[in-house]
Amino acid sequence: MKRRSLAAWGALLPLAVIVLIGYVGTVLWTVRTSLSTSRTFPKDDFVGLQQFERLLDNERWQLAIHNLAVYGVLYIVAAMLLGFLLAVFIDQKVRGEGVLRTAFLYPYAMSFVATGLVWQWVLNPDSGLQNAMQQLGWKDFSFDWIVDQDMVIYTVVIAGTWQGAGLVMALMLAGLRGIDEEIWKAARLDGIPTWRVYLSIVLPMLGPTLATVFTLLAVGVVKVFDTVVAMTQGGPGTASDVPAKFIMDHLFGRANLALASAGAVMLLLTVLALVAPLAYARSRQKAQGGH
Amino acid sequence: MKFPRHALAAAVLASAALPALSQAPLKAEVIHWWTSGGESAAAKTLAEAYKAQGGLWVDTAVALGEQARSVAINRIAGGNPPTAAQFNTTQQFRDIVDQGLLNNVDAVAQRDGWDKFLPETVLQAIKVNGHYYAAPVNIHNMTWFWFSKAAFKKAGIAEEPKTFDELFAALDKLKAAGLVPLAHGGQPWQDGIVFTATLAHFGGRELYLKVFKDRDPKAIMGEDFKKVLLAYKRLQSYTDKGSPGRNWNDATAMLISGRGGVQIMGDWAKGEFAQAKQEAGKDYGCAPGFGPKAPYIIQGDVMVFPKTSKPDQIKAQQLLASVITQPATQVAFSMKKGSIPIRTDVDVSKMDLCAQMGVAAMKDKSRQLGNGEIYITPDQNGALQDVLTSYWNRNIAVEKVQKDIVSALRN
Repeated sequence: MKRRSLAAWGALLPLAVIVLIGYVGTVLWTVRTSLSTSRTFPKDDFVGLQQFERLLDNERWQLAIHNLAVYGVLYIVAAMLLGFLLAVFIDQKVRGEGVLRTAFLYPYAMSFVATGLVWQWVLNPDSGLQNAMQQLGWKDFSFDWIVDQDMVIYTVVIAGTWQGAGLVMALMLAGLRGIDEEIWKAARLDGIPTWRVYLSIVLPMLGPTLATVFTLLAVGVVKVFDTVVAMTQGGPGTASDVPAKFIMDHLFGRANLALASAGAVMLLLTVLALVAPLAYARSRQKAQGGH
Repeated sequence: MKFPRHALAAAVLASAALPALSQAPLKAEVIHWWTSGGESAAAKTLAEAYKAQGGLWVDTAVALGEQARSVAINRIAGGNPPTAAQFNTTQQFRDIVDQGLLNNVDAVAQRDGWDKFLPETVLQAIKVNGHYYAAPVNIHNMTWFWFSKAAFKKAGIAEEPKTFDELFAALDKLKAAGLVPLAHGGQPWQDGIVFTATLAHFGGRELYLKVFKDRDPKAIMGEDFKKVLLAYKRLQSYTDKGSPGRNWNDATAMLISGRGGVQIMGDWAKGEFAQAKQEAGKDYGCAPGFGPKAPYIIQGDVMVFPKTSKPDQIKAQQLLASVITQPATQVAFSMKKGSIPIRTDVDVSKMDLCAQMGVAAMKDKSRQLGNGEIYITPDQNGALQDVLTSYWNRNIAVEKVQKDIVSALRN
């Protein structure tokens, strides 16, 4: 017994080292840097929370955080809803399921940069959708969100949802296929309408799948960067800025390691604040489950 | 202790100046971001000139300036530096100098008399505490005014504007003719270019220096600067709806097709006109400013030389610095790049009309003015850009913008 666990530990050791140095180590280093006045190169001085004060005063950062919240909520809700509906649709044993499944999943195979570029072209008022509709004769058709200060972040949500819904569909479909046929038969015998079965029986049974999907999407939200850069470059002005772009800009272009690190730490704290309660709830559930 | 070092440098120089007899060529790895068509052709002229004088150019081209600079910085910090790395003629490499991670090229600079032919603003960027830490490659002016002759004809404008007021008048006429008066790419850095042009040519040299060089809060809160900001915002009203996010070359294409009238952009825009087979003075007009005394705004590229103690690397660095700044190399490079040489004692007869205008302007020292980034740090410049691009795109009270600029330049 003991020998075996030793071997297991041995096998896990490289991973543990990588995690400790690669993740925890760099996190600590970032925290340390955020407390200094580092510019191009890391510096050893200590200025307390000065960088965080500057960060919280920064209007661009405030806007970026606000945008992240808007994007996060809308993107997760929209992608889950759309993905679930698509999965239910395909679950009806439609003809050509394989083709449809591929078509819906296809956007996910595309990189964020490609997604952003495609949507930039589609939404460009001069050459994209708006122009096409107007030329088809619908003269007062107007869809210029991408150049509109207040609406631009929603175009990023559209692009994100288009890309992410397919993955949600695939995972949900797998979940749906795992539901026992007997449950459907029983529901049919009882005369329960199909939508009711989905909502009240199937959905709760998909709990673990939902949690997985949510986690995947949430991670996607925090790291949203490429789509924005490719689609709007954070513009018009700074209207569609997101924290990751703010951090990258300061890290390299503006040679301000300390402020960028402070931003990264803030982002990490946000993620922890969201994930910690979830993890706690889970561990309690497990404990009650008698594990 | 100074003498021996000089003697050593002189010895190094003497051997570098000799053609490489039976010696292995001096290998120099150069990191740069000259990757587009015209740019890589320009880089090739440097490589060839270096080879002709006994060197071997090892090319490490990294697309995008930001990317290339971070590669260079990472390699310098990691102890495996290239022989030379490209930076802009700005404060971008000041931190590296302060950390003592660059070799100076004092020996070459003193031998060739850089102080005599280099513009003051370039010296200001490369000379730190009396030492020369970079070899200037070229001079770019980011704030040229480009005019589409076709669009001007359509709008019935006989002459290209000679003052800022005439510029506004021309823009009004272009608007009335249903054209896009100001072909602008709405990206933060391009918004910044328009601001720099407005401050220099509408606000004037003195105010320009007070804002960028002295970062004087009184000047920034003052009435004159307010007028500059209002003029800047007025320029925005001449852009079209598709402007936000547009690339600069797409804006230049609008001038080429005659759909747009004016663009404010760096001299690299010439490359786009050339590709469309358009000629300066015939199909398009160019002006570095308005009037014979207009400021000429200087930026450009330099090569820095990371610290090393390997003798052949130091030799290679010295040779590179000397080759880059020679008149013949200068002209050959700038003709491909669209910039102008760093020195005015060169033969410009083969260069295009706009470049000749630029060199002529450079001859008058009182016209030379540094681009903002020559005076302020990348961080300050970034914060300023954030304020400007918000103002350009949103309706913000001009007084608030003034206050925001003061705090952007304070940090």
